[in-house]
Amino acid sequence: MRRLLDFLFPERRNSAGIAKDRLKIVLAHERTSRDAPDFLPALQKDLLDVVSRYIEIRDDMLRVNVGKAGDTSLLEINVEIAGAQPKPVKNGAAAHPKPPPAPRFEPEPAAPWVKPG
Amino acid sequence: MAKIIVLTSGKGGVGKTTSAAAIAAGLALRGKRTVVIDFDVGLRNLDLVMGCERRVVFDFINVINGDAKLNQALIKDKRNDNLYIFPTSQTRDKEALRRDGVERVLEELKDNFDYIVCDSPAGIETGAITALYFADSAVIVTNPEVSSVRDSDRIIGILASKSRRAENNLEPVEVHLLLTRYSLERVKKGEMLSVADVKEILSIPLLGVIPESESVLRASNTGTPVVFNKDNPAGRAYLDAVARLVGEQREMRLAQPERRSIFRTLFGRA
Ligand SMILES: Nc1ncnc2c1ncn2[C@@H]1O[C@H](COP(=O)(O)OP(=O)(O)OP(=O)(O)O)[C@@H](O)[C@H]1O
Ligand SMILES: [Mg+2]
Repeated sequence: MRRLLDFLFPERRNSAGIAKDRLKIVLAHERTSRDAPDFLPALQKDLLDVVSRYIEIRDDMLRVNVGKAGDTSLLEINVEIAGAQPKPVKNGAAAHPKPPPAPRFEPEPAAPWVKPG
Repeated sequence: MAKIIVLTSGKGGVGKTTSAAAIAAGLALRGKRTVVIDFDVGLRNLDLVMGCERRVVFDFINVINGDAKLNQALIKDKRNDNLYIFPTSQTRDKEALRRDGVERVLEELKDNFDYIVCDSPAGIETGAITALYFADSAVIVTNPEVSSVRDSDRIIGILASKSRRAENNLEPVEVHLLLTRYSLERVKKGEMLSVADVKEILSIPLLGVIPESESVLRASNTGTPVVFNKDNPAGRAYLDAVARLVGEQREMRLAQPERRSIFRTLFGRA
């Protein structure tokens, strides 16, 4: 209910609450990039080279993050392929004669530290 | 062996110097031999806040460069025998505080004091890093306002990665949140982040909450740390914070909004 009211009448919400929400979001992002190891950009570039050999993707479709789930540290690699073109193979034939089968599972929801694309 | 405490914030003008003076004076009032050092090279304000600006002869840089002995540069407070002020220089060369020089001076001070309180410059550049590098404990001075909270978070990250303790894999620097310029009235109106909000966002232990108070300006006008003035809300809050800093349990009391008393309105003073 509160949420609905806030949504309908944003100016009704007190500014301290807005400040708190904005801070939480920006700090969550800044903290992960602060702790990121130095090799991440290089790793991201290498991965992009490899993946690009098979499908055409834009730079921003591959994201590498370091995060935590409970006590475990995770290296998370997200490759978005919706809209990506399969690369034609050398002799001119398409890499995929048939369209690729639809995925049989729902993609996992992104981990909380992954900023929405 | 002295404990080194740095007052740091990232953001400027949040109350580091005011707090360094008040905390150092509060420790001295508890009988702790305390020296408060100005790391804000080029600006030098601690001497004014402590009221000893006319007694500065030698400074931090003179001692580092070997132009003066430590005991020639230390200024003994006239109000409390346990308290010393170590002023900085007004040189424009910010690199003058070299880390090895600072280390030598701190080592010498360590033998003679219980607490070394360091007033950091604003920012996250060399000057601020030099001030926090040797700290055992850090007081993160924060205003209940978005940019100050964000900068505090940056500084907490720097303490955890760039301090001497972090670099040498020692026990991490103890961090404490000191919320200053707090207005309970504005928090109640929903215009200002509350203590609970800031604590939740930064998730470090709370050392104290210093109210926005006219007494701070009055104290700095006369060059008196607020804790030396009788009975004022900011001074009380600082004394509570100092008690917690030395390990006492104190209930967190939030100062009520200040009302101008009839007396003060009539006579224009406290
Ligand atoms: N609790 C308070 N109530 C009212 N005014 C305050 C309070 N704390 C600090 N101030 C005022 O805020 C101003 C800045 O304080 P101070 O010089 O201590 O900040 P600082 O963090 O040391 O600044 P800088 O980053 O420039 O070194 C001063 O004018 C001071 O009087
Ligand atoms: Mg200052």
